[in-house]
Amino acid sequence: MISGRCAACKYLRRRCPSDCIFSPYFPSNVPQRFACVHRIYGASNVAKMLQQLPAHLRAEAANSLYYEAQSRTQDPVYGCVGVISLLHQQIHSVESQLAKTEAEIAVLNSLAQEPAAQIQENEVEATFNNFLLEQDIIASRRFSHSTYISSNFI
Amino acid sequence: MRNHEPRASSSCAACKFLKRRCTPNCIFAPYFRSDEPNKFVKVHKVFGASNVSKILIEVPEEQREDTVNSLAYEAEARLRDPVYGCIGAIALLQRKMVELQVDLAIARARLARYAANSPPILNDHGSMIPNFAEFPACGGLVDSFIQNSSDTMNDFNHRLISATPDQIESSINIPIRLGYPDAMASS
Repeated sequence: MISGRCAACKYLRRRCPSDCIFSPYFPSNVPQRFACVHRIYGASNVAKMLQQLPAHLRAEAANSLYYEAQSRTQDPVYGCVGVISLLHQQIHSVESQLAKTEAEIAVLNSLAQEPAAQIQENEVEATFNNFLLEQDIIASRRFSHSTYISSNFI
Repeated sequence: MRNHEPRASSSCAACKFLKRRCTPNCIFAPYFRSDEPNKFVKVHKVFGASNVSKILIEVPEEQREDTVNSLAYEAEARLRDPVYGCIGAIALLQRKMVELQVDLAIARARLARYAANSPPILNDHGSMIPNFAEFPACGGLVDSFIQNSSDTMNDFNHRLISATPDQIESSINIPIRLGYPDAMASS
């Protein structure tokens, strides 16, 4: 009786050796985990990637491979790159909103410091537009910075 | 005299790497041109040629270029960071998003306080200048952004692939515990 095979060796229909590279990370009670990873990367690529890492980092690597494989299975065209792209868009949108809100605050703040009521309407609007422009530039720089971080990381 | 016949049109980068004849209907040829050899090398190293071929066959032809580009992107990420690959970037960006949401909430609260406390503004004739929010440049900004932000985030959450930042963090022991994103954030 063959017992105690990991999910990978069961899937590959082979004996599970005591030093099996897969067994700590692909337990037999979660068969879909290896099936998903195998479909996208293949067993030998996964084994190579795990073997190249120190033992204490392999669990993290196996988890991230599984997550990416799941993403690719759900979205064969973009995989987890679609998530990254979406996050960039959302960050840019929130940064713009934040910049506009801060511009509004700045204008109200400056108006509150003008004691005299002799303020022209066009001055108020011009002040606000200038602040908007400055904050848009700052927001663009922030977005570029966050893009720089992720693109530099990648 | 030996007859030097010209070779057939050049192989794509994939077939060159795999040392095989590049057929006219080669699945790789449109997307792995011979002048970009590294692209296929990286994709092959991470995914393997047969897996890439299977993925490409599954997607409609008009989406194959995007598929190849996203595979190349993922492969590059995985080669640069063999532990986390693209997931590290996702964790960083989600953390950034959370920080921005907090900043936005704080700014909104400040704006609400300012708007509530700001005195009326009078023009030269002593009449009150219209409400701040009625200026064309900023009309309804506060209300519209509140509406847009909640819609946007709901839409975004629905479209995220299953995991929340907490789920990602708990499942992969986030890079920040290794100090990695701090190093990146300061770069």
